[in-house]
Amino acid sequence: MNPLDIDAVRGDFPILHKPLPKGLPLVYLDSGSSAQKPQCVIDKEREVYENYYANAYRGVYRFGSIVDEELEGAREKIRQFINAEHSEEIVFTAGCTMSLNLVASGWGKRNLKAGDEIILNEMEHHANLVPWQQLALQTGATCRFLPLTEDGRLDMDRIGEVLSDKTKVLAVTGMSNVLGTINPIAELAKKAHDAGAIIVVDGAQSVPHEQTDVVASEIDFLTFSGHKLYGPSGIGVLYGKRELLEQTDPMLFGGHMIDRVYKDHSTWAPSPAKFEAGTIQIAQAIALGSAIDYMTTLGMESVHAHERDVLEYAYTRLQEIPGMRIYGPGIEHRGAITSFTIDGAHPEDLAQLLDRKGVFVRHGHHCTMPLHDLLGVSATVRASFGVYNSRGDVDALMDAIQFACQRLRLT
Amino acid sequence: MQDLTIDELYEEFEDLPDWDERCDYLIDLGFNLPELPAEAKIEENRVHGCQSNVWLVADIKNSTPPTVEFLANSDAVIVNGLIAVIAALYSGKTPQEIIAIDAQDVFKKLGLERHLSPQRRNGLYSMVQRVRELAVQAEAQS
Repeated sequence: MNPLDIDAVRGDFPILHKPLPKGLPLVYLDSGSSAQKPQCVIDKEREVYENYYANAYRGVYRFGSIVDEELEGAREKIRQFINAEHSEEIVFTAGCTMSLNLVASGWGKRNLKAGDEIILNEMEHHANLVPWQQLALQTGATCRFLPLTEDGRLDMDRIGEVLSDKTKVLAVTGMSNVLGTINPIAELAKKAHDAGAIIVVDGAQSVPHEQTDVVASEIDFLTFSGHKLYGPSGIGVLYGKRELLEQTDPMLFGGHMIDRVYKDHSTWAPSPAKFEAGTIQIAQAIALGSAIDYMTTLGMESVHAHERDVLEYAYTRLQEIPGMRIYGPGIEHRGAITSFTIDGAHPEDLAQLLDRKGVFVRHGHHCTMPLHDLLGVSATVRASFGVYNSRGDVDALMDAIQFACQRLRLT
Repeated sequence: MQDLTIDELYEEFEDLPDWDERCDYLIDLGFNLPELPAEAKIEENRVHGCQSNVWLVADIKNSTPPTVEFLANSDAVIVNGLIAVIAALYSGKTPQEIIAIDAQDVFKKLGLERHLSPQRRNGLYSMVQRVRELAVQAEAQS
């Protein structure tokens, strides 16, 4: 494993070198929400529009062929990136939310009935919670919650309390977008399969930070977003095991996804076309392939090690702030996210004052209201780190927090 | 603080052309905002649409015509500063005057439209909405 050359990586992201007003350097600590884009991704999207743009899977003319080839190339890169077995298991969607809705609606409605159970937990992002609630309402199934430990991990000792032969789905995030908790996916998959259930993994936060292997982890469905993986916005991925995708109904109907259309009924094309109705996000999907090339070239192990170093530094330094509360487990169980509150400071005030120093963080409930209810706070501030962040960014965060605390008369 | 008028606020903001300084000024206003009694911080008085909590009550003065004083508090300091702006804009006015005020125009002049997050902007307009509702009620009672 090669250590990450952070200066070179930062050089690949043009936005980091455009000073803010007053010459402030940008300290971007919101990659958990959406990541900045390297030049190669920006160039690729531009290349499509400037050189060979056409609709996908439609034309035999040369631009059409190039687009089809590029799209299938991107699909293949994604397949390799998550170690899926077949390219037809990789479906382009509009994003992680759409992917999760597709699984809940397309697989869930066909396979769940009254009395069945869905296992969730309180750290799930709304996108991996609300679609399952809806599915439960529509099918008569019940959502059950695997308890969390005091420090914000899944309480694996208590999984027997919720997992049973009634369980049909265990839906879980690879990494919490608030607590940073990294969940034991392979272990959960094994337990779910032993109970006869499938596992659906929301990889929005985990896929950009660590190597994902759907075969080794025995993941049934994996979803993730392109924009959090340094790719364009508007594009996401659904991975599903081939036999499960065969048992999944499409959610969108229309052009390209059909096999034969009659006046009174239609039949569907095989996956992935079955799930890619209409015109997909062509340039974005192709540029997502470039984002994956970029991450593969850096090496996910190197990315993970670098982010770990920044996280450890942040986790240690943040504790120097009086009144600091960091939510979630110790760093041994956590990815590159730290959510916190400071006694006496409203998270929104903090975020607004940090912005004055060019430090961009997220505040609020981060689309995890049940988790915030559990934590007993309505909002937190979140600093999330990406491949381009450095220890220097953590120092800037510390300075900005100290500035904010002074303004809020806490020091 | 309560005596601050909207014209004085315009003057202050003109002297502080930089948003950072205006933000600091809002924070100072926020710290000086009179504290709402704890019994007023109830769900009925809560203004929704803001990530921070805001409680807002109206006090109708028995003058002729009646005027309305607004009292509000938030758990966020910058929002308390915005409440001071709202108070400067509306407090001591008659219901009819209140209803006639174009708040959006005022916030634009102060540069608040541009510098607040969408949530805070929503919260600000939720407060305006509540103030107007309370003014309508006050007018009906008078």
